[in-house]
Amino acid sequence: MKVFEKPKALTDAPFHYCPGCTHGIIHRLVAEAIDELGIEGKTIGVAPVGCAVMAYNYFACDMIEAAHGRAPAVATGVKRSCPDNIVFTYQGDGDLASIGMAETVHSAARNENITVIFVNNAIYGMTGGQMAPTSLPGQVTQTSPYGRDVNHCGYPVKVCEMLAQLEGPEYLERVAVNNVANIRKAGKAIKKAFENQINKKGFSLIEVVSTCPTNWGMKPTDALKWLDENMLPYYPLGVYKDRSKEEK
Amino acid sequence: MANKVLMKGNEAIAEAAIKAGCMHYFGYPITPQTEIAAYMAKKMPKIGGVFLQAESEVAAINMVYGVSSTGKRVMTSSSSPGISLKSEGLSYMAGSDLPTLVVNVERGGPGLGGIQPSQSDYFQATKGGGHGDFHMIVLAPSSVQEMADLTIKGFDLADKYRMTSMILADGTMGQMMEPVEISDDVQITKYEKPWATTGTNCERKHNIVNSLSLVPEELEELNYKRYEKYAQIKENEQMAEEFMMDDAEICVVAFGIAARVSQNAVVEARKQGIKVGLIRPITLWPFPEKVLSKAADKVKAFISVELSMGQMVEDIKLATSCKKPVELCNRVGGMIPSPEQVLAKINEVKGGLK
Repeated sequence: MKVFEKPKALTDAPFHYCPGCTHGIIHRLVAEAIDELGIEGKTIGVAPVGCAVMAYNYFACDMIEAAHGRAPAVATGVKRSCPDNIVFTYQGDGDLASIGMAETVHSAARNENITVIFVNNAIYGMTGGQMAPTSLPGQVTQTSPYGRDVNHCGYPVKVCEMLAQLEGPEYLERVAVNNVANIRKAGKAIKKAFENQINKKGFSLIEVVSTCPTNWGMKPTDALKWLDENMLPYYPLGVYKDRSKEEK
Repeated sequence: MANKVLMKGNEAIAEAAIKAGCMHYFGYPITPQTEIAAYMAKKMPKIGGVFLQAESEVAAINMVYGVSSTGKRVMTSSSSPGISLKSEGLSYMAGSDLPTLVVNVERGGPGLGGIQPSQSDYFQATKGGGHGDFHMIVLAPSSVQEMADLTIKGFDLADKYRMTSMILADGTMGQMMEPVEISDDVQITKYEKPWATTGTNCERKHNIVNSLSLVPEELEELNYKRYEKYAQIKENEQMAEEFMMDDAEICVVAFGIAARVSQNAVVEARKQGIKVGLIRPITLWPFPEKVLSKAADKVKAFISVELSMGQMVEDIKLATSCKKPVELCNRVGGMIPSPEQVLAKINEVKGGLK
């Protein structure tokens, strides 16, 4: 009896991610959802610019690499031309909530029938740890060396709360991958986000609160603890919008 | 079969695109090209196509990127400031070797500039149009009929070479109305697109549409390969029209509305007994070097007539290896040279000939 195996929707390419990075877990959750729904053959993924830039090597479905922040626009084009395919984007906080904010908001407002996986680890990873739109007040990064000063550069963006104000989106949920229970919940949310698309319900975004041990300058275990103690109070987990429930 | 109808240049582009099998259009409003979007918004829903007004030019070109990745014909259109915004996407399209048709109905610049006709995006269109080493095929219509014909041709060239074709039209071309005939039965060559991301169906290895290449040796190789393709295009796709060039001593070079004006001036000058002809580039990239370098051995001088501060004039000098003097006759900022201005320039150049 097999008790554990690699999801079919992942290739054999070894991840380039740093030790202790949670991207691996999130990739796996996405791939498991694709496997469970049996949609690998018709899924088209859109990779971001950021740490997950090479996600196209890891997912076994057809993949497109987008310009920084533009994944939801690219996905819009793909979905509009191939409405029977399943289209997802996989984006970090800089990509989705800074440079790509317009594309994010407008694809949500249009209730574009796509699935967005949003990895929020409050820092720019790929470029070496600069302040992100989601970096916490006081958080020390390479470009906020004295801590994020909200009087100077404002407050972090709460993406789920903000998008929940729109009529458009079908489903918005914030999850985390800091412990087994939360990882299981995250997996369920991601699967639901794909199911919504299959059922033609529209825009689903799952924000995954995540870590960056390398650029946070912490051991992976300490990073998980820091996430729990600092990120989750600012970014509370939960469902922010579920239109199918509102209608009942 | 086709009926001759009266159309604006912008509308002719939209109708021709549909006839060429383009069922996807994404755009953002900007004068003087918005009729293209308006036409598409009306037509596409009725024929099962896709029209979507994007939140920005940036989003529009990336929606184009998405559709093109799936192997389908797709286009966007804009005017000068909007094309600057699309330049990021144009570079990514080039890096990912994706075909598309982009229309630039130019207005005066720089910056917000004006809304009157211009050709001042010549450098931007022909020398790259974004970061990195790349080219677009650039087509310059000079009648409403050509707006339609070159749109159809542009889609074909884009698919044939897996790259962007740009229609570079000045605002006059977009706004003026002329009779136009667009066949109901456009012959569309089918190009295989095994690279398209339409789902693996679990039957093949996954396709990846991508412009990232972190290994310098590999990225260098990709650039070399792309330039081999460009060399082929330079060899095979140059287009220009010659007018009264057989015995010409002076060669006027002009495209778009400037060519229309120049042709009138050439006819007038001939009446005065001046041996002058016109070369009208139809492809701006590849620049029609062959016909110009041939002319350089026959004529005594060139005059570049442009709606810019002198951009194509540089390509004429390069194409002719500066064998003969190249003069500039221009207006800018939304102004168009008059036939009298061009005629005066022809007379001035004639006077200086030995």
